[in-house]
Amino acid sequence: MTAPRTAGPPDDRGRAVIGRVALALAAAGLAAFLLWPQAFAPLLRPLTQNGAPPIYTQTSLLALTLWHLALVAAAVAASATLAVGLGILVTRPGWRDFLPLARTVTSVGQTFPPVAVLALAVPLMGFGSGPTLLALFLYGLLPIFENTLAGLTNLPPAVAEAARGMGMTPAQRLVQVELPLALPVILAGVRLSAVIALSTATIGSTVAARTLGEVIIAGLLSSNTAFVVQGGVVVGVLALLIHAGFVWLERRLSA
Amino acid sequence: MIEATRPTTGTRLPLSRPGVLFALVGLVGLALPLVQFRANRIVAGEGAGLPAALGATGWAVAAALAAALMAGVAARMTPGLRLLIALAGTLASVAVLGAAAGALTPPGDGIARVSPAAGFWLLALAFALAAADALARIDLAPWQRWALLLGAVAAVALILRSGLLDDVSVMREYHARRDVFAREAARHLMLAFGSLGAALALGLPLGIAVHQVPRLRAGVLGALNIVQTIPSLALFGIMIPLFGWVAATVPGAAAAGVAGIGAFPALVALFLYSLLPVVSNMVVGLSAVPAAVRDAAAGLGMTRAQVLAQVMIPLTLPVLLAAVRIVLVQNIGLAVIAGLIGGGGFGSFVFQGLNQTAMDLVLLGALPTIALALLSGIALDLLVAQLDGRRGRGA
Amino acid sequence: MIRIEHLTKRYGTRAVVEDVSLTVERGQIAALVGTSGSGKTTLLRMINRLVQPTAGRVLIDGTDTATLPPHLLRRRIGYAIQGHGLFPHRTVAQNIATVPRLLGWDADRIRARVDELLALFQLPPAEFRDRLPHQLSGGQQQRVGVSRALAARPELLLMDEPFGALDPVIRASAQADLRRIQRDLGTTLVIVTHDIDEAMALGDRIGVMDRGLLLQYAAPGAILTAPATPFVARLIGTDQRPFHLLSLTRVADIATPGMAGGAPVPADATLRDALALCLWSGRDALPVEGGGVVTLDALRRAARPDGRPDDGPPDGGAAG
Repeated sequence: MTAPRTAGPPDDRGRAVIGRVALALAAAGLAAFLLWPQAFAPLLRPLTQNGAPPIYTQTSLLALTLWHLALVAAAVAASATLAVGLGILVTRPGWRDFLPLARTVTSVGQTFPPVAVLALAVPLMGFGSGPTLLALFLYGLLPIFENTLAGLTNLPPAVAEAARGMGMTPAQRLVQVELPLALPVILAGVRLSAVIALSTATIGSTVAARTLGEVIIAGLLSSNTAFVVQGGVVVGVLALLIHAGFVWLERRLSA
Repeated sequence: MIEATRPTTGTRLPLSRPGVLFALVGLVGLALPLVQFRANRIVAGEGAGLPAALGATGWAVAAALAAALMAGVAARMTPGLRLLIALAGTLASVAVLGAAAGALTPPGDGIARVSPAAGFWLLALAFALAAADALARIDLAPWQRWALLLGAVAAVALILRSGLLDDVSVMREYHARRDVFAREAARHLMLAFGSLGAALALGLPLGIAVHQVPRLRAGVLGALNIVQTIPSLALFGIMIPLFGWVAATVPGAAAAGVAGIGAFPALVALFLYSLLPVVSNMVVGLSAVPAAVRDAAAGLGMTRAQVLAQVMIPLTLPVLLAAVRIVLVQNIGLAVIAGLIGGGGFGSFVFQGLNQTAMDLVLLGALPTIALALLSGIALDLLVAQLDGRRGRGA
Repeated sequence: MIRIEHLTKRYGTRAVVEDVSLTVERGQIAALVGTSGSGKTTLLRMINRLVQPTAGRVLIDGTDTATLPPHLLRRRIGYAIQGHGLFPHRTVAQNIATVPRLLGWDADRIRARVDELLALFQLPPAEFRDRLPHQLSGGQQQRVGVSRALAARPELLLMDEPFGALDPVIRASAQADLRRIQRDLGTTLVIVTHDIDEAMALGDRIGVMDRGLLLQYAAPGAILTAPATPFVARLIGTDQRPFHLLSLTRVADIATPGMAGGAPVPADATLRDALALCLWSGRDALPVEGGGVVTLDALRRAARPDGRPDDGPPDGGAAG
């Protein structure tokens, strides 16, 4: 490209490089910890008391991390599919009757505390991963739906007019113009959902879902701060990495 | 012009499509068991519909509710009338729940539990959605919205005090632990509002500082961002040993209220989560003040401090209120986690209930939390809208 | 040839366009001019049926447009609007290729057509093909927008304030470019503008609209010399009339045999340019390149409503 996007002052660029290096280090550290947790035992031992184990060994941390991620991925994928579908639906001419309702439900729904949604899912699904999946799915719908609406309704009027004026059918306009232009905004919604889900999934362990929350809860029950810290840090680093990955993708798509 | 040229499909039939959706949800609700009856708190229950609970009256009430639902299907109805029907329907659903619980509970039986089942929830959902849809289509003045909100709060308070719902399981749980409930409610409010207050007290000056000294920006906001990524469970958990250690080693800390147990660690965790929205919105708000306004103020001879205090900060008010809304709603929800680490609040009911598989107890914690979050969210939205409206008229 | 017959658009009881009839000959430019809210844009949008007419019909080369599915009709008609409406996520080449792709042209033909158009609009293809719209200047975006409208060789091009967002200097050269390309391609063009100068500069026929009515539809000379209503006269403005009139005629058309001193004036310059040169250099006559002179007296005669050389038969007032 001949006319590059302004890259900002060199100071910012330097900071971006530092940020990228820090992320790479965090990812490497996380991978090392999950593969060889015992190597980190000396680091965590000061947080334990009375000779308690510094590393959680009940279940492999790697397995819990994968479960955790799988749960979040499944929930977010399901939310994204439904939310984008509904967002497309209520912005079509014949279904615009539902638009005011959709906006109200989205804004009201987001005030529902995720923990409460999780607790209320238990009577429906029993204990285990089920209620967590349901709660993550329901809670994840809202940001994605909201952003899909924003992306599809904030199309520049001249662009919408041009697409119609050139003889695109409604389906062609949706696929070739509206969705590609809304994609960065929709992805931002998916990112928000994924980051919220990642954190909320830890609470799922209070209803016996297999997530990294298990490690934290074990730490809370046995007053072992090392467990609390390792569970928290793993989830935190995952959130940072996922956040950064989505931001990178959004930037590329909107460039 | 584009709006007006859109083909008006969808109005070909004299049907309101949202109305059809609400009617379907509500009718499914009527067909499903309204309540669930259990001989005691632990055993599996059996469902009961309206007729099963209330006999012939039940049939009549079911027919009336169905009629109300079907009325909303007609396209030609003013949103005002829709709102009235929807609100009446919501009230009726609640009344019917109370009546069914009363009828199903054997007199003097303190052990039997009647809890709302899928039928009730769907029925209430249908009317609530219809009310929300109608509200979204009415252009109400701010005072009318406030009146509506206060009216709704008053109605809920009246219904709860009237004893109408006393035979419903959640209310039984409530009556069994009235004193504890009052204490935990106060604790929950203290956690949510206390952490908000602390975050405003520290976050606003911090936001101003970050705006005035741009070099601080990346560091402060980056650190606060990282705090946000720590899962709530872990942050709450880390606070316990941390402040336990502080209270034990720093002289005077314990006397000042610092403790590793009770509400203090939860309060600090919520405070930490609150800082990012407050600081970043303050910075965004200050940066959004047009340069022309700033220059004009300086050109009139104001000092830097006067420009900040008399021009910039008043202009950031809407953005700050938005931050307060985010923080308050988020903290009311997150304060539930405090229940898991002995910090009290409605969360203690939720987690006790989950431990004992007593869903009524879970509801006793979850429902007030949701109501509180909704109330705060709506009230602050109204405030923001009112502020924007006033600014718009002034401009 | 495009023929509009009794075209009407009402929203409820409010008529936005009321019983408009006009004809644009093949290869001609019709400029619709009027204040905002006059209905000119709605009239234009009824031609490609972005707005569905309430009554009346539009015939393109004898075919009633109502008989075609709207999206197929629109692929045959070029459409360029103010603010260009380029797709921000597509490159210049992809933007221009939009309609050819919809029509299913093969890739080689599309590539050749894109390069041809870019060259026509003085945008070197190698340099511009792969740029994104936000990497172009305002004038370049506007040229790409017009190229996109012309991509599938439409018989008819509709333009709605296409130069509205451009600054005056770029605007003048964009108008000249359009005029040149339209002559080369022989495209029929309907252009909507609120700027009477632009209408005068471009239009073979000018349609003046007000409150949904077509007040007058005629050649520029006739609009100037015989405005059909006081509104048309007001729109032109009394102070500019003689200059508009002069700008419609070329120097070569009134040159008479003779000699004069000083720098010559090009034969294809307008009388307005010649007058300016006379006044500026203080001369009573100018030599014309290629022979002959143009005198201040002749210019003064030409600036009067009854003194014009033959401008072709006037088209009469608003039809219908």
